[in-house]
Amino acid sequence: MTALAVQIARASALFKTHDVRLGPPVSHTGTYRTPVSVDPWDVSFEDKIDLLLKADAGLRSARGVAVANASLAFWREHKFFANSEGAFLEQELIESGGGIEAIAVDPGTGEVQKRSHPNSFARDQRQEGWEAILAMDLVGSAPRIGEEAVALLKADPCPSGVTTLILGGTQLALQVHESCGHPIELDRVFGTEASFAGTSFLTPEKYGGFRYGSDLVNMTADATIPGGLGTFGWDDEGVPAQRVPIVRQGMFQGYLTSRETAQQLREIVGEEAPASSGGAMRADGWNRIPLVRMTNVNLEPGEWEFDDLIADTDEGIYMELNKSWSIDDKRLNFQFGTEIAYEIKGGSLGRMLKNATYTGITPQFWQSCDAICNANHWRVWGTPNCGKGQPGQVAHTGHGTAPARFRNVQVGVTG
Amino acid sequence: MLGQKRIRDIGESVLAHSSADQTEVVIMAGENYLTRFANSSIHQNVAEADTEVRIRVVLRDPGSQGARVGVATTNNLGDEALARTLENALEIARLQPANPAFRSLPGPDRPLAEVDAFSEVTASCTPEQRARGAGEICLMARDAGVVASGALTTSVLELAVINSLGIRAYQSATLADINTVVMSDTSAGYAASLAMDFDTLDFEALGREAVEKCLHSQNPRALEHGEYTVILEPYAVQDLVQMLAYTGLGALAYQEGRSFLTGKLGEQIVDARVSIWDDGLSSDGIPWSFDFEGVPKQRVDLIEKGVARGVVYDSYRASKEEGKQSTGHALPAPNNMGPFPWNVFFGPGDATLDEIVASTERGIYVTRFHYTRPVEPKKVVITGMTRDGTFLIENGEIAYPLKNLRFTQSYLEALNSVEMIGNKLRLLSGMGNVVRDSVPALKLGRFRFTGATEF
Repeated sequence: MTALAVQIARASALFKTHDVRLGPPVSHTGTYRTPVSVDPWDVSFEDKIDLLLKADAGLRSARGVAVANASLAFWREHKFFANSEGAFLEQELIESGGGIEAIAVDPGTGEVQKRSHPNSFARDQRQEGWEAILAMDLVGSAPRIGEEAVALLKADPCPSGVTTLILGGTQLALQVHESCGHPIELDRVFGTEASFAGTSFLTPEKYGGFRYGSDLVNMTADATIPGGLGTFGWDDEGVPAQRVPIVRQGMFQGYLTSRETAQQLREIVGEEAPASSGGAMRADGWNRIPLVRMTNVNLEPGEWEFDDLIADTDEGIYMELNKSWSIDDKRLNFQFGTEIAYEIKGGSLGRMLKNATYTGITPQFWQSCDAICNANHWRVWGTPNCGKGQPGQVAHTGHGTAPARFRNVQVGVTG
Repeated sequence: MLGQKRIRDIGESVLAHSSADQTEVVIMAGENYLTRFANSSIHQNVAEADTEVRIRVVLRDPGSQGARVGVATTNNLGDEALARTLENALEIARLQPANPAFRSLPGPDRPLAEVDAFSEVTASCTPEQRARGAGEICLMARDAGVVASGALTTSVLELAVINSLGIRAYQSATLADINTVVMSDTSAGYAASLAMDFDTLDFEALGREAVEKCLHSQNPRALEHGEYTVILEPYAVQDLVQMLAYTGLGALAYQEGRSFLTGKLGEQIVDARVSIWDDGLSSDGIPWSFDFEGVPKQRVDLIEKGVARGVVYDSYRASKEEGKQSTGHALPAPNNMGPFPWNVFFGPGDATLDEIVASTERGIYVTRFHYTRPVEPKKVVITGMTRDGTFLIENGEIAYPLKNLRFTQSYLEALNSVEMIGNKLRLLSGMGNVVRDSVPALKLGRFRFTGATEF
């Protein structure tokens, strides 16, 4: 195996353009374990299946639900890291995820609608124990989710036009993920993902001097917050978890970096850039090399209560829970669809809307943000399905968000 | 490679120790070698060998219909680990409520076809050979003043299915797969190819295709979005095929009422020039003789001359419809996608790509699509972007390159406006190491672009 690795390295050197520079040595030692109140492996199979069956029954209690899904997922990753610079690290990361989903099919028209809880695409996931599952209240929420799936069949379609948009926390988490998280991956900026996922509009000359969003927009990449799927002790180069500023008062301030890309950035922009890695190199398992990945990329909370935000909005649409997502290969033009939406009229939430979509250009969209809800409404959502790299890797990332308002957004894009 | 005997021994050992009423062992062994390049140099070069053993057990309750099914997997081939995995599968099955609809694992009802999907050249490909293949494209890009990125993969795959009803299926295969994106400051070009035999990959032709596309698409102009005639290269057409497969060509979506084919079999659903079928045994693709249940693959006509003909089945989904048999399209159990077409063919037409362009008074030429997602799955309404070479065609010629556009379009409606179909099929890789599609170029009369980006 070692001989093959050496043979591959020598073959790589046949077509190289520069030597790798890793910057300051990394020689930390220590251990880290995800703090959990109840280890999910201490909960019996019977209890887990009992919870799922009760949730399934709750979903099916709504007349018209054709398909009901309930799932739990638990991860325990035990990894060791050592390098020739003296680092020796041991980490045990524990994740608990769960979710329910109801699909309603109109027997007459064949129309299909879907509702999920607490997040779309199977589950929310956190670096916590069984307590995370109990907090989701899958069983208690199931009848409402089933009823909403059926109600969507009769709901009016989202109208087309330019209007005020308020996004709920889960949809905003994916908005942050796609339009901030990916374009700040510095390996992507430098072109090493070009042939697969693409590159980034946030090129190095924008570093420190580009207006990404409105003055209200503050974003961080924070691998230290409790419960986040992007939380750890050290990344997979042995660099400690950090809180890195990304956007401050709307101005672009920082990237997700590795040891090598941090040095490359410093060579381009000088001492304005950090001297060492921000600690964002992560591999999805034993058989993959680390890539620059999101940790917990967060939109920091603002000052609004959610009810006040709705009351302050004369006309617009509230959208929640992602149903479809697409963004161009430099992360500028995006289009998202949500499972459910509500009309806002005269400061109140009104009729339910289906097939809601919105589209925009990343900096223009974030510059149109004029209100963000406060810490009472802020929480970290898990995205356990972030694809990147060849061969493919699936990262688990976190995104802290509170509902926020955006002005003059194109909604209701239909085919 | 583990080899047929070693794999068979592992499977037989698990069967011998199983107390279940029925037991299935699926063994997937793979060696994958990947050379990745960017900025015209190799930046990632990896090798991986791994084997997954997937055990499915079936427990029947005396006197009641149906069964309890459990699945567990491991990549540890030691006796103790295999025994523990078998016990996990049994424990999971015991905790399940009985599924009254489950009939049985499949038996060896039909013989397996002999297929040739293995190339010794690919299996013995060295890191130096891959580096020189990637390097040929990198040097071509450097000479043209642009930069190349991409990935070149060679794989050796072994799949075996062994079950207690007598199925004994084994096949090996090789894949050589390359894609490249060549970029300038204002443009990009793309090329990709899939083959069984590494020696048949033409790096010079692929490099030339991507470099020329990149050079021709420099300094793109903006175009107002709206409805246009489009010419889609096979790379873009593959997305149409994959989205049709994902949203509705399998029996799970069909039976749950989520498929665009539900209630439509026998009806004309797209233009009469469109025929789409799945044929795992065709040597025009990379053949595979059985699925992940060991059931022989059958050719399935999905859309024939525009008429909806059928969907693909695994044994469980077939048992839910009177008179149906598995068509040999099971994915590894358990999965939430249901049976899936792996080897899709889109029937060719009789026009060359040059003839298609020459026939077009005004339209948009699309190299490929990017980040496509269903907006309304039942209607196959998809949104996505163009990428790596988009052009305006005027008076039968490419007029100038365009900034990339967003579309929101029902692929079914688009296939109702087919005007011409290319006469050559291109074999392209899809999801993972399993899916591959053979697709032509297409000219569609109406395609709705709903937005644009800045490059």
